[in-house]
Amino acid sequence: MIRKTVENVQEALKDVEDGMTFMLGGFGLSGIPENAISELVRLNVKDLTCISNNAGVDDFGLGLLLHKKQIKKMVSSYVGENEEFERQMLSEELDVELIPQGTLAARCQAAQQGFPAIYTPAGYGTEVAEGKETREFDGKMHVLEIAFKADFAFVKAWKGDKAGNLIFKGTARNFNPNMCGAAKITVAEVEELVEPGELDPNQVHIPGILVQRIFEGKNYEKRIEQRTVRSKK
Amino acid sequence: MSLGKEGIAQRIAKEVKDGYYVNLGIGIPTLVANYVRDDIEVEFQSENGILGMGPFPFEGEEDPDLINAGKQTITALPGASFFDSAMSFGMIRGKHVHLTILGAMEVAENGDIANWKIPGKMVKGMGGAMDLVASAENIIVAMMHTNKAGQSKLLKRCSLPLTGVGCVTKIVTNLAVIEVTQDGFKLMERAPGVSVAEIEQATEGKLIVEGDIPEMKL
Repeated sequence: MIRKTVENVQEALKDVEDGMTFMLGGFGLSGIPENAISELVRLNVKDLTCISNNAGVDDFGLGLLLHKKQIKKMVSSYVGENEEFERQMLSEELDVELIPQGTLAARCQAAQQGFPAIYTPAGYGTEVAEGKETREFDGKMHVLEIAFKADFAFVKAWKGDKAGNLIFKGTARNFNPNMCGAAKITVAEVEELVEPGELDPNQVHIPGILVQRIFEGKNYEKRIEQRTVRSKK
Repeated sequence: MSLGKEGIAQRIAKEVKDGYYVNLGIGIPTLVANYVRDDIEVEFQSENGILGMGPFPFEGEEDPDLINAGKQTITALPGASFFDSAMSFGMIRGKHVHLTILGAMEVAENGDIANWKIPGKMVKGMGGAMDLVASAENIIVAMMHTNKAGQSKLLKRCSLPLTGVGCVTKIVTNLAVIEVTQDGFKLMERAPGVSVAEIEQATEGKLIVEGDIPEMKL
């Protein structure tokens, strides 16, 4: 067993610096690395490039970093829930690269798995494909998309063990597994950190080889963005 | 009388066949699940990583780790599965999902679709829409026939930045069911009480009308 544990979020993020590129897991506010985001706010690192499907909401998730103007550039697929984001984008304070969601996942996965680039049909014929190489396969046009390069990947899992093996829960899984091992250093925060042997190897979603640092997170808010219910009849 | 959002969803639900895996977009498409016949086997896919999506949870049973693409709390039905985003779009790109239903701001008579950006005004992003329209073979657009200013959303050419080219196969609006053919928009059905003339007036692109156009059955 190769131990991946660090004491806390401060130790996990001790070497983040201004100007770095980060991947952050999550879809909406589900499965976001809440502890890492809080620490980035506390460290007040600036000029960050953040690769994340969404940009949080005004007062939670990546919205907290946007509010403090710590982010220079966002790479996302959908940013519709955040007014401050829209304001910074339209006023050009914030550089924004909007890309198809499947392309975002594929560029993470390519980085994780050693592919320099992938071809996808998504975005062909749209402004997303402008300036990119295209190629026909089986009569259909595809766009060449390059693997991401990032300094840190911050992911959130449900359970993990001290060897860095991870299990995700529900749709909080989303981009988190695809970002593991896709950056120079992957930091995993988990709701429950257990001893090696306590996770069934058959149930592990991401093997510890893709994780460099793991810690048990604290005070998860797990905010719900759109609470929708039906009435009991 | 033209249909409301529920009526559009109700009509589209008839396109959902036994054995289909279906991806529902945000907005009107989400409502389609409420009207699918319960004597057929269908699974709904949500791009954030679930197959076998169920209805909204009962109050008090909401789970922040269980949401749909619209970030709404949902439930998982027996037989459901969860997966990561790369797998989710892998099954879309790999054409394992049979039917995609999504909204649009504009559709052109050649099947182009625009639904992610109004330059200088609104930029929410494409989310999974570009992946879906580039890969799916059976794409139904659910939308109102005209925008809030009363202008047609069925155009000769899209004026907004495109989401995908030549991909839409069918459109269900508050006024009509339309198939996108090589020759243009082909009128298939009218909403109850809506005349062909009303549909022609609300359609800027080329509308093909052949023979008697039946009313939709809901």
